[in-house]
Amino acid sequence: MNVQVKQKIAFSILFFCTLLVIIPVLVILVIIFAKGISAIDISFLTEMPTNGMTAGGIFPAILGTLYLVLGAILFAVPLGVLSAIYLVEYSRENILSRIVKLAIVNLAGVPSVVYGLFGLGIFVLFLGFGASILSGSLTLGIMILPVIITASREALESVPKSFRIVSLSLGASKWQTIRHSVLPHALPGILTGTILGLGRAAGETAPILFTVAAFYLPKLPTSLFDQTMALPYHLYVISTQVPGIPENVRYGTALVLLLLVLLLNLAAIILRYQFRKRKKW
Amino acid sequence: MDIRTRIRKIREFIIERMIFLSAILSIIIVALIFAFLLKEGLSIFWRVPLSDFLFARNWYPISEPPQFGILPLILGSILVTAGAGIISIPIGIASALFIAEIAPRKTKEVMKAGIELLAAIPSVVIGFIGMITLGPLIKTIFNLPTGLTALSGSITLAFMAMPTIVSIAEDAITAVPRQYREAAIAMGATKWQTTWRIVAYAARPGMLAAVMLGIGRVIGETMAVMMVTGNAALIPHSFLQPVRTLTATVAAEMGETVQGGEHYAALFAIGIVLFIITFLINGAADIYLNKTKK
Repeated sequence: MNVQVKQKIAFSILFFCTLLVIIPVLVILVIIFAKGISAIDISFLTEMPTNGMTAGGIFPAILGTLYLVLGAILFAVPLGVLSAIYLVEYSRENILSRIVKLAIVNLAGVPSVVYGLFGLGIFVLFLGFGASILSGSLTLGIMILPVIITASREALESVPKSFRIVSLSLGASKWQTIRHSVLPHALPGILTGTILGLGRAAGETAPILFTVAAFYLPKLPTSLFDQTMALPYHLYVISTQVPGIPENVRYGTALVLLLLVLLLNLAAIILRYQFRKRKKW
Repeated sequence: MDIRTRIRKIREFIIERMIFLSAILSIIIVALIFAFLLKEGLSIFWRVPLSDFLFARNWYPISEPPQFGILPLILGSILVTAGAGIISIPIGIASALFIAEIAPRKTKEVMKAGIELLAAIPSVVIGFIGMITLGPLIKTIFNLPTGLTALSGSITLAFMAMPTIVSIAEDAITAVPRQYREAAIAMGATKWQTTWRIVAYAARPGMLAAVMLGIGRVIGETMAVMMVTGNAALIPHSFLQPVRTLTATVAAEMGETVQGGEHYAALFAIGIVLFIITFLINGAADIYLNKTKK
């Protein structure tokens, strides 16, 4: 066979494989948009569920997810950024930094349900927080820690070495250099990672199963120690655990969750794009 | 030294301690996860010997007397993972090659964005769609009593592994030095020969790492797999049967257990098994990734 023909065939196969990955994404989005959009109106977004979740809105689940995500970020961002600063600015290539990196890789690979078990063991039972927003937020926060650390590391590493050298040569201390000459330039990258972490935390179900999520709780949480409904768990419940939920309520819930997560990711992508365009060095 | 400098020095000392503490926090968390899994789960082995726990054929945690053999769950996880691997590895590697080497710049950006979108969709949403579309489809095609089978799980999970495999393999392919390609083209190789015999060959360790991380993602995936595999804790004989994985068992049953009871401890022990499996896979993948960087 002619090599040119062979190349054409090979390229077509590769192209076809790529389509096989991309097209289902579009199909999923189209199905959920088409069937879910009719369920969404103001009252669906702002009212309590009624009639055993077959009618009414999903407001407590939306609010619960927002609280959980906010809590997770408050915990994970400071720790993640400081940890990244250590790895990029302070550590040398030694055993400790090698072990820290290995630990981060492994944290990223721990199954989400194992995070759920860990959260149940340490926060709910050992520390006595009970099934609560606090326990759920901390569990999610630990889960997204590797995302934040990795993004912050990349952002810090992309700041040119000359920035640090100039600052140090002017007599600034190590921390002043990091604070004033490195961090401001790494900020957009850190922010991008934070938003991606938000999206991840908003969509995860398994870590909140035993640490916070309430099956059906048509009232709003009033303290950190309350249980709450959450969007992903609510979708799981109404699609597998309770029979007779109208189809458009299920698709509507899926659409709200999907929109929340996709908007967060879109924001991160745009931010990254703007940042790359503006970067002058 | 005047007072302001001294205050600044103290403040910086404190900040630098905090930075160091945050850094070792990752190590502490990994250790804590393992410690708490052991603390809650080890007690099951006083009643059920480790070999029985891993290799006994019956998982009847709430019958009287209860039986805690996780072999059907391990086989369920292996079957679903193998199926997902068979689908996602060739397709994922092929897409990575296409995106990295062949696609024009604009197409490349669009495709990468699409794959990022796929990675962003929550697993419970993918499970929901799989349950509603794939389930009935498989039921009709194979004329089965239920469409929620190992096959549905494998297909669903294949898509969830895809973003990991494609993006990491693509990084590995892009990292192959340009001289390799130039040399091959200069020797008269076609673009395809260069891509397949030179670039793909050079990127093998990174691709292997991509596959391992994809498999790690599949083994740990919980919600989608719980929604589409039908959840029957029996030793599977074919792809067209309902199965139950390790992860789904923990997620589905933890809510019904008594804290501190045998069933509760057995589920934590499954957590130990999962933790060790993913620890090994990710550690090995990391070694291969570091190899590519050198």
